[in-house]
Amino acid sequence: MEKVEILVVGAGPAGLSAAMEAAKLGAQVRVVDENQKPGGQLFKQIHKFFGSKDHLAGTRGYEIGSALLKNTVEMGAKIDLNTVVYGIYPDRQVGIITADKSHQLLQAEKIILATGASENVLAFPGCTLPGIMSAGAVQTMVNIHRVLPASNVLMIGSGNVGLIVSYQILQAGGHVRALVEAAPQIGGYGVHAAKISRAGVPILTRYTIKCAYGTDQVEGATIIAVDDSFKPIGGTEREFSVGCIAIATGLTPLAELASLCGCTFTYVPRLGGMLPIHSEDMETTVPGIYVAGDITGVEEASTAMEEGRLAGIAAAAALGHVSAEKANLMKAQVWSRINTLRTGKFGQYRQEAKGKIMNERRALIVN
Amino acid sequence: MSTKLVTNGYLSDEEMADLLPTQARLQKGPVGVLECIQDIPCNPCEQACSFQAISIGKPITSLPVLDEDKCIGCGACIPKCPGLAIFVVDCSRPGEMGTVQLPYEYYPLPEFGQIVDAVDRKGFLVAKAVIDRVNIQDHTAVLTILVPKAFVNIVRGIRLIGGDRDE
Amino acid sequence: MRVHQHPILGALKDEVWVNIEVDGTTICAREGEPIAAAIMANGRLKLRHTRKRQEPRGVFCGIGRCTDCVMTVDGQSNVRTCVTAVKAGMKIQTQGMTGDGEAEEWKK
Repeated sequence: MEKVEILVVGAGPAGLSAAMEAAKLGAQVRVVDENQKPGGQLFKQIHKFFGSKDHLAGTRGYEIGSALLKNTVEMGAKIDLNTVVYGIYPDRQVGIITADKSHQLLQAEKIILATGASENVLAFPGCTLPGIMSAGAVQTMVNIHRVLPASNVLMIGSGNVGLIVSYQILQAGGHVRALVEAAPQIGGYGVHAAKISRAGVPILTRYTIKCAYGTDQVEGATIIAVDDSFKPIGGTEREFSVGCIAIATGLTPLAELASLCGCTFTYVPRLGGMLPIHSEDMETTVPGIYVAGDITGVEEASTAMEEGRLAGIAAAAALGHVSAEKANLMKAQVWSRINTLRTGKFGQYRQEAKGKIMNERRALIVN
Repeated sequence: MSTKLVTNGYLSDEEMADLLPTQARLQKGPVGVLECIQDIPCNPCEQACSFQAISIGKPITSLPVLDEDKCIGCGACIPKCPGLAIFVVDCSRPGEMGTVQLPYEYYPLPEFGQIVDAVDRKGFLVAKAVIDRVNIQDHTAVLTILVPKAFVNIVRGIRLIGGDRDE
Repeated sequence: MRVHQHPILGALKDEVWVNIEVDGTTICAREGEPIAAAIMANGRLKLRHTRKRQEPRGVFCGIGRCTDCVMTVDGQSNVRTCVTAVKAGMKIQTQGMTGDGEAEEWKK
C-alpha cells in the first residue's frame, strides 16, 4: 500500500495553502482533487480581494490562485487531478479512484480535508427549467468557459455571491433585470450592491420568486413581495422576461468524508449547516484528520487560505518536521491574520461561530 | 445601522452628506470622495495614497478618513479600492463643467470625446457627459468625465455602452 | 452566447475551435471546454428530459455534482457534460432519464 505523509483532499484555496505550508516544512504532501483543474472556486473570482497587504488585498482572485498554485508545486507538493476520494477507513487508510479509473488504497499519516461547499437549491414552481442554475454555475460558465447562459438574467439572493456574480454577468455583456432578496436587508457588502445599482440593476429587497415559466427553457419569472414572516403578499407580482435565473441562496459544506470517518459535527446555520468541529490547529475529533476552508464553515477565500495554512503547519509539526516553538510562532501569525478578517459587521458573527466550534472541540477533549 | 445602502443598494443623499467635500475645497481643485461606510477589514486605499491623505490605522475595519488639504485629487486610490467606492470630483475649472473621476470595469471602454449618459447611484440618467480621459490600471479603467458642476456629487457612473445595450 | 471580449479576462484569441455533433447537428466548440458550455454557447439550454413526464433539464451546479446535465457521449450514457471536455468529432445525444432507451419503452 502506498504511503503518504500528508494527504490533502481538495485543491482549492484551503487545500493548496495547506499543501504549500506542509511541503515548505519538508513533509511529503500529496493533493488529490476530483476536478479537471485545481483552484476550486478561486479562479472564477475576477474581482479584487479585500483586507490588508498581508491578505493580498487589491489582487484579483485568479492571480492569487495562480501564485498559490505555483508556490505549492514549487514547494514539492504533488497534485493529482481527476482523482476521487471515496472512503476513509480506520487508521487513515484512504480509498481513491485515480484519473485512469484504477483503484488505489493509500496509507496516510495525516489527512487534511479541504473539500469546500456546494450551493443550495431553491424550490419554486418551474425551478427545474433549463436556464435556472446556481449562481456559481453562471460564474463558472462566464468566467472560466466564456459563455453567457442567456442575455437577460434574474438573480435570487443578495449575499456576496449574488452581488458579485451579478456584476460579473454585466462585465460579460449580459443584463441583470433584477436582483431579489426576501429579507429586508441586502446580505452582502454595500459596495458590491452600490456597483450594480449604479449599473442599473434594481435590487429588490422583501421580494422572492413566485414561479418561473417556459417550454424547453426558462422564458420568464414572476416575483412577489413578502412580509416580515416571508409570506407572499398577493397582488404584488412583477414579471420579468429572462432566459436565465441564477440562484444565490447560500452554500452548504461538502463534509461527507468527514462524516464517513467519524468526525463529530455541530450545527451552525449561519456558516452553512452541519459541519465538523475542529481545534485551533484545525484538527477534528478524529486524531490525524484536519479540516480547512468552507468544509468547516462557509466564509470566504481569504479565511480558507489561512485555515489551510494552519492545518498544513499543524500536520507537519505533528509529524516532527518543525519544532513546536517554531510552529506556534507560525500559527500565531496566521491567527493574527484570520482574526483581522473576522472583524466588523460581516466578520463578527463568523468569529463567534468559529469560537463556539473550537470550544465544543475543546470540551470533548477534556472529557 | 439601517441605511438605504442595505435596504436598496445605494447611498442616500443624507448618508452621503458627511462624506462629501466642502464647497470651498471643491473650488480649489480635484478631491477624493470615499463612499465607504461599512466596517469591512480593508485598507488598500490608505496604502495607495502617496500624500498620506487617507487614514485608516488600526483596526483596519475603521472607515477611511480623507484629509481634504493633503488630498490633491490624483486618483491613485480609485483603481486600488476593491469595492470600487472611491471617486474624485472637481469644480475648479472655469465655466459650467466640473469633472468626476470614476472606476469602470466594463467592455467596451468609452473613448476620449465620446458623449455618454451619466447616471446617479441608483443608475438613473441625470445628464449627458463627455469623456475627458481614460486611464487603465490592472484592468480597472478610471474615467474622467465632464458634467455640469451641479452634478459632481450626484453622478457616480455612466450607462453601460456597446452590444445590445445601445437599444 | 459566447463572451468574446471581457474587460478583465481579455479577448478570446488563439483559440482552437473544433466541430462536434449534437443530436445530428454540427456545432463549433472551443477545444477542451465542457460539452455543456459548447452547447450553451450555441444557444441551447435543454440537455435532457425526464423519463416519466419528459420535462426538460439543463445545467444546475456546473461543477459535476448534481448530474442534471447528463447526456450520451460517443455511445456512453449518463456523462456529466459540465465537466467532460469536448474532443473534435465527438457525438453527443440527448437521452431519457437512464440513457438506455427506457424513455422510449415508457412512452409505449
